[in-house]
Amino acid sequence: MSRTFSIGGIHPSDYKISANAAIENFPLMDMAYISVSQHLGAPAEPVVAKGDKVKTGQLIAKANGFISANIHSSVSGTVTSIEPYPDLSGNLVPHIIIKVEGDEWIEGVDRSEDIVREISLESKEIIGKIADAGVVGLGGAAFPTHIKLSPPPNKKADFLMINGAECEPYLTSDYRVMLESTEQILIGTKIMMKALGVKKAYFGVEENKPAAIKKLKAVASKGYKEIKIVALKKMYPQGGEKQLIDAILKRRVPSMGLPIDTGVVVHNVGTALAVYEAIQKNKPLIDGVVTVTGKCMTEQRNFRLRVGTSFDTIMYAIGGFPKDAVKLINGGPMMGKAISRMEAASVKSTSALLLLTDKETRRGVEGNCIRCSKCVDVCPMGLEPYLLNRLSRALRLEDLEINMIHDCIECGSCMYSCPANIPLLDTIRLTKTQVLRIIRSRPKK
Amino acid sequence: MTTTIIFTIVSLTLLGLVLALILYFVAQKFKVEEDPRIDDVEAILPGANCGGCGFAGCRAFAEGCVKADSLDALSCPVGGNEVMKSVASYLGMTVAEKAPQVAVVRCNGNCDTREKTNHYDGYSSCAVMSTLYSGDTGCSYGCLGHGDCVVVCSFDAIKMDPRTGLPEVDQDKCTACNACVKACPKSIIELRNKGPKNRRIFVSCINKDKGGVARKACSVACIGCLKCQKACAFDAITISNNLAYIDYNKCKLCRKCVTECPTHAIWEVNFPVRLPKPVESVNVEQ
Repeated sequence: MSRTFSIGGIHPSDYKISANAAIENFPLMDMAYISVSQHLGAPAEPVVAKGDKVKTGQLIAKANGFISANIHSSVSGTVTSIEPYPDLSGNLVPHIIIKVEGDEWIEGVDRSEDIVREISLESKEIIGKIADAGVVGLGGAAFPTHIKLSPPPNKKADFLMINGAECEPYLTSDYRVMLESTEQILIGTKIMMKALGVKKAYFGVEENKPAAIKKLKAVASKGYKEIKIVALKKMYPQGGEKQLIDAILKRRVPSMGLPIDTGVVVHNVGTALAVYEAIQKNKPLIDGVVTVTGKCMTEQRNFRLRVGTSFDTIMYAIGGFPKDAVKLINGGPMMGKAISRMEAASVKSTSALLLLTDKETRRGVEGNCIRCSKCVDVCPMGLEPYLLNRLSRALRLEDLEINMIHDCIECGSCMYSCPANIPLLDTIRLTKTQVLRIIRSRPKK
Repeated sequence: MTTTIIFTIVSLTLLGLVLALILYFVAQKFKVEEDPRIDDVEAILPGANCGGCGFAGCRAFAEGCVKADSLDALSCPVGGNEVMKSVASYLGMTVAEKAPQVAVVRCNGNCDTREKTNHYDGYSSCAVMSTLYSGDTGCSYGCLGHGDCVVVCSFDAIKMDPRTGLPEVDQDKCTACNACVKACPKSIIELRNKGPKNRRIFVSCINKDKGGVARKACSVACIGCLKCQKACAFDAITISNNLAYIDYNKCKLCRKCVTECPTHAIWEVNFPVRLPKPVESVNVEQ
């Protein structure tokens, strides 16, 4: 029997309907809206001004602070303004707005298809170059990669883990990357192994992607023996890093801890490709693979999309909204967020756009909790969502902390399985942030 | 048979007596000395336990009053000046009179003036909605309209107006306990002085965006045009971050700013209708 994580988990239907659509380059847009806050941590500081000419790949905003990332122009053209513009959640955040004129790249970027296998840089240089290229985690949280690759001196990494689980329904961008850029990912993995100084890497892929597993195993057996491809049983939320570590190594990340506490560093497939491109091809992170899918769509697409493409443009390019689509979701159906403003633009970590119909998105009428314990059974962190929900509504923060609300990974399994349609995650997420703030404000022992 | 009954009665009585004695001495030894005045002060207080004073409840506030050297920093918003006066006279202290306050909703973007740009179908709670995104209108500062303030009000003083979708405060019932101010995730509600004859003027908007952006999202937004500041003869209006704010301590209720405001973001409450009635004046009866 194949491996999976030990507690909880659900089996949502797959709907990987865009799996057979090859990655195509998205046509260049007219205007690019590049947010200065595309990553976790401090917003980057713009280094261009209104009227400046920029080239594709040019640095336009510099990392500001320890946890921050560089941002590069994804297009070439003229900066028309730097002004507040709606981000994915509708809030106004400074954006660098560029009028696109042609596609002129900066010098030094290798845009050929040739695979560069030789890793010439040393560990320190690799991390420096990744930081310069503005690579962030493309699994969703957009945590700057160079920080993850330089663990604190008192902690040592034993293994690197590449997350190819892609457990969310509908999403196929990682799958397409694994199929089409197999060797590049494995080289990217080797680069990160060198940066971390580890001897072995695990590459977790769920069993519902047999073609990817087959191809990865075939390529890995020719020269990438130190990377072990692990087939995992299909289970949501296996793509969570804590769940992935549990599934592959049976190690448990402590509460409030990071994967490095168990000697593991986890990176996404997309990140591995971005690292490969940054180190071997000198290409900063300016685009990403985005799945545009939905059962209401006649044609499923996987695009290589430049950062800063507005959702308007994307919908226009695929021929407008399907007739019965009512909701556009950034990400998958489980953890993605609905987009409230179509003028908002894609960011580095955008991995999917999902169109859903009214029938698919409608929420059921909320009933009473009958203590069926389904939410407790499926919670991958071993929490009691029904209890957290009740305590959250009463704002009993101390009791919530005792019940480990801060361990919640917001996967939504509880809400998915609730027969009474109770908005468990909505209420839990609300108090989780408050409890986390209280815990973090306490003086460290 | 009878001996068993007698034996039981006697032994239980003795046991009871011994335990009673132990309890008596323990109670004497660990007696908690409590100021008897706390009970009396608590009796004077309204007993709403709303927490508006900043204490955990009425008893905690009474304890605070008895222990305090001066009552100036303490005030019971529900009881107001009268209750504080009787507390002061009971404790033999003086208390400064405080101007009565009322909760004021600083958003007037209703369904007509502030267009909905998307539809929210999640859990009906302002707090949850504001963790998810900026809101279902173009204004990311304005009222979300799910009534978290209504839920927390212990005095039934705040209600959602179904016509406007905005909360409405009943000034007679509102005790200025601060509960709604804390509950509002957008910090729209503010406590302001009730004013003479309950008349007050305030800016009913908290949008800090630039004028054009704010105006595009909502036709009655404050656009920070400085007109009210120029019109004010008492220096009561400050404008920061494209938003005007009227200091209720300085405002002399002359109503000049109300007529000046091009977007009708400044509201006057409980004023008599002006005789030569301006065409565009907004008179709100709360």
